[in-house]
Order: sequence, then structure tokens, then C-alpha cells
Amino acid sequence: MKQNFFHIALNKKIAKNTFFMILEGRLECVLKPGQFINIKIDGFFLRRPISICDIYRDSIIIIYKIFGQGTQKLSEFSKGKVLDILYDLGNGFNLENAYNKNVVLVGGGVGVSPLYFLAKNIEKNCKSLKVILGFKTKSEVFFEKEFKKILSIHNKDDSFELNYVTVVTEDGSFGSKGLTTDVLKNLKHDYYFSCGPKTMLRAISNLGKDGEISLEERMACGFGVCMGCSCKTLYGNKRVCTEGPVFKSSEVIFE
Amino acid sequence: MNSLNVNLAGLVLDNPIIPASGTFGFGYEFSKIYNINILGSIVLKSVTKKKLFGNPTPRIAECENGMLNSIGLENPGVKDAVKKIFNLKKIFKKKVVASVAGFSKDEYKFVTEKISKIPNVGIVELNLSCPNVEEDGINFSSKKRSVISICKAVKSVSSKPIFAKLSPNVTDITEIALAAQGADVDGITLCNTLLGLELESKTGKPVLPRKIAGFSGRAIKPINLRCVYQVYKKINIPIMGVGGVQVAEDILDYMSAGAVAVQVGSENLVNPMVCQKIIEDLPKKLREYRIKNISDIIGRSHR
Repeated sequence: MKQNFFHIALNKKIAKNTFFMILEGRLECVLKPGQFINIKIDGFFLRRPISICDIYRDSIIIIYKIFGQGTQKLSEFSKGKVLDILYDLGNGFNLENAYNKNVVLVGGGVGVSPLYFLAKNIEKNCKSLKVILGFKTKSEVFFEKEFKKILSIHNKDDSFELNYVTVVTEDGSFGSKGLTTDVLKNLKHDYYFSCGPKTMLRAISNLGKDGEISLEERMACGFGVCMGCSCKTLYGNKRVCTEGPVFKSSEVIFE
Repeated sequence: MNSLNVNLAGLVLDNPIIPASGTFGFGYEFSKIYNINILGSIVLKSVTKKKLFGNPTPRIAECENGMLNSIGLENPGVKDAVKKIFNLKKIFKKKVVASVAGFSKDEYKFVTEKISKIPNVGIVELNLSCPNVEEDGINFSSKKRSVISICKAVKSVSSKPIFAKLSPNVTDITEIALAAQGADVDGITLCNTLLGLELESKTGKPVLPRKIAGFSGRAIKPINLRCVYQVYKKINIPIMGVGGVQVAEDILDYMSAGAVAVQVGSENLVNPMVCQKIIEDLPKKLREYRIKNISDIIGRSHR
């Protein structure tokens, strides 16, 4: 865990209640896809844990959604505002599991965010890379183009690029109508990485294929001492903030 | 040179700053964040006889100037905890305060007997007041009779001083403290979390699945400070104060009200460097307020 001050270089709305933020500061370490940061917001006792969307030089890029008063306040901060941030938190995705495999990334809602950082890191090493992005409705969709950009570099042949990024919405207002699992079921793959709401992660795990999921839980500290974010696994209790947030989907016991 | 030393039930501490139970794990995580050997001591996570998963999640909720927790004593059980505590001596060179919890008198006795034998345990703190394991936050420390019976049982098997950590959720905290003193404990910790509730604005339903939970953080400081103040006048055994500590002045406040040492709780979770900061700031504060030895101010509010 590290603690430092970062200033907001950009805080921009990119979809309904969804914000893209660039935080500039001194990182002094290498961050992994799947890790998260914990942000102190003035006037709130607890920090807000947010997963990392990308790293650019010494900047941390996050995408967050307004869920309550804390994230509402965060969305109101303007450029230059300095934030106290804990980072280098959590274990991240196991990048080596993508090596030479046909990989699918499955993101639901704001859970799409950490998969972008992951995609950039694995696109060169996997055999093929496909992405399924699921949202409730059109107004919440983000990052379709950004994923297409990474994947078109990887897959070279631009004419097929649309096949590599599939967007679904629950109400069918954008992309095809349905759930991410509907697409995943019919997509040949060896391994998946997923992040999104618990119900989605449970449904994906139930498909029974090999993969990793990033869990979300309310936490107080984010660095392993409060025991607020425990989850049950086949190998005993684990802390989402420390042993997680990424777990092998086969080890998580959903309740 | 201003002295930060205090004598806590025979244990001489370099300073009165002690992270509170449940906010510092078993010390290992924080040892990677700063040099934990600067601390006076550490109160470790409460240990029960068997391993406990704890309550369903979410277990944490934000409140105004504080937080609710509904952990439910998740811990590895006494067998694994003994190893963790024993091995802690490799990275923490001072005596620790081990915290014991349970669901019956026999469990407290069993766990205390095992824990108190560990050489680096200097004090055993009885968590008689966890609000998160029984219905509606009922706990042993809300009844004099159960406090007396558990304290007596534990004293009979412990080779180390016993501190009883009491709940503030009682009509008269001094009565419970007197009962614990009557059962021969060596000190009192005041207090555990207050009972609290947080609702979803949209639905009016409790945020946490266990509904009622333990409230801690800045907002509780005046309440727990008042408990220390009231109890100090009635008992003659040492008190550890805890609740809402954020800055060096809070340490002076608790000690003025009568505490010999002061625990720092949930602030560790959101501001991990808080104890180090307080320890750095204390000598400056002593000079500023012309206090020679910090132990001189214990109970000065009453003089």
C-alpha cells in the first residue's frame, strides 16, 4: 500500500452518472490491472474504493459511477483539486493466465473499467482477444470505441473489428438486447476475465469455464485490517481488498 | 526532555498510543506501512475459541463523522491466532495487548488461558462488548452479573493483567466498571462502539443486513471521554480510553479525564499514518502546553 496526493487533471462525464478522471501525481511503483485505489473525499469518513482503468506515465485513470453522496461529491470536483489517495491495493488479474489463449473479457456497467487496463496489458500475449460489454441501457454505454482501438491493433484486420467488441444492453436500446452471459455462452474461448455486478459474476461462474472475476464489496480500510470485505471461498475466508479483488471464479462461493 | 512514558498496570510503555482492537489486525499489514515499533503497544484483533466467518456483507457503512461496522468477530480461532501472536515478536519488539471474545464464560476462560501464556502478550483485554454477535447488540458488559462471572473466571487462569473492555450502551457505566473492579480485573478499557443504525434514504431500510451495528469515529469522542471521566472518579484501577481519536490533543484529553493509555481506533482504517503522526506531534504539544511528563496529566481534569 502507498499513500500520496494526486491532483485532478480531468474529471469528465462520459455516460449517464459515469465519470472519467485523470489523477496526476508521483506513483513511485508499478500498478497492475485489477488493482484499485482508495480516495479520501472531504466531508466523508470512509474512503471510496475505485478500480484502475489505466495508467499513463505517473497518472492514474479511473472511471467511477455516482452511487451515493460520496461519489456525487467526487463528480463535482474540478481540475486542480488535490486528493489524498491510497493505492497499490489488491492483487490484480493474473496476466500469465491469458498467455497463448483465446481470451474473452466480460464487463458489466462500471465494471468495464479495469478490463481496459487489462486488455492493454494482455493483447500482445493472448492468441485472440474478444470483449463483451454489458449495460442496462444506451445512456450508460461507454468505452466501446476505446476497446475497439486496442483490439484492432491486435487483430490487425480492421474489417472484422466489430466482431471483437460486442455491446449488449438489457433493454436493447444499444447493441444487441440481452445479457453478457447470452453472448459468452456462444463464444468459443479458453479463458475469461470479468468484472461487474455480483449477479452477473455469479451467472458467468455458473457457466463453468475457467476464468477470473473481480469482486466488489463495501470496505473500510482497503488494505486488509478491518475484515469488512470478507468473502467465502473454497479455501476459506478471503479479503476482497487483499487476497482479491480478483479471484479464480471456481473458488468463490456465492451466497 | 519531555517524557511520554506511562505505566499501564505494571507494563511500562514508551508512549500511551495503542491502536485499538479490530483496526490493526494482528499487526502484520501495518508493519509494511510504517515502523510499528514506535507504538506504545498494539491491541490485536479479538480472538474466539473457533474460527469465525463473521456477519454477512456488507458489514461497513458510512455515517456522518464516523462509520458503522458489523464485522461479527471474524477471526482465525485461538489455535491459529496463538501462532500469529507468537510470530509477531519477530517484527514487533514490545509487549502486545491480546483481545479475547466469546459466547460463554467457558469460552473466555479457554481462550484467555491459551493467549495469556504467549510470552509477548503483556495484557489481555476482554472484549465483553462486541455489539455484533447477539440480537440487537446485547452483550455481556450490559449486565453486572455476567461481567463479574466472566472477569472472575478469566482472572483465575490468566498469568497476565486483565483489562475489561466495556460497552457505552448502558444506563450507568460506573456501575459496570465497579462490578469489573470488584471481580479483580487489573484495568478497564472505555469504551467499545456505540449502537447505531443507518438507513437507505430511498427505501428507508437499514443499509446493513444485521441492521444495528457498532458506531465509531470522530463523532463518539465526547461520549467515550465522558465515560472515562465518570469512571475515573469511582475506581482505582487504570483506564485505557478509546473513541474518536484523530490528533495528539485527543490523547491529552483522554489522559486528563483519567486514562493512562489511549487507543486509536477506526481512524487507522482511513488514515493509516495517524498513530505515527500523533506520536510525532505529542512532544511538541507537551512543550506547547508546558507539560513535563505526560503521565503528570492523568486525571488532571478532576484536580
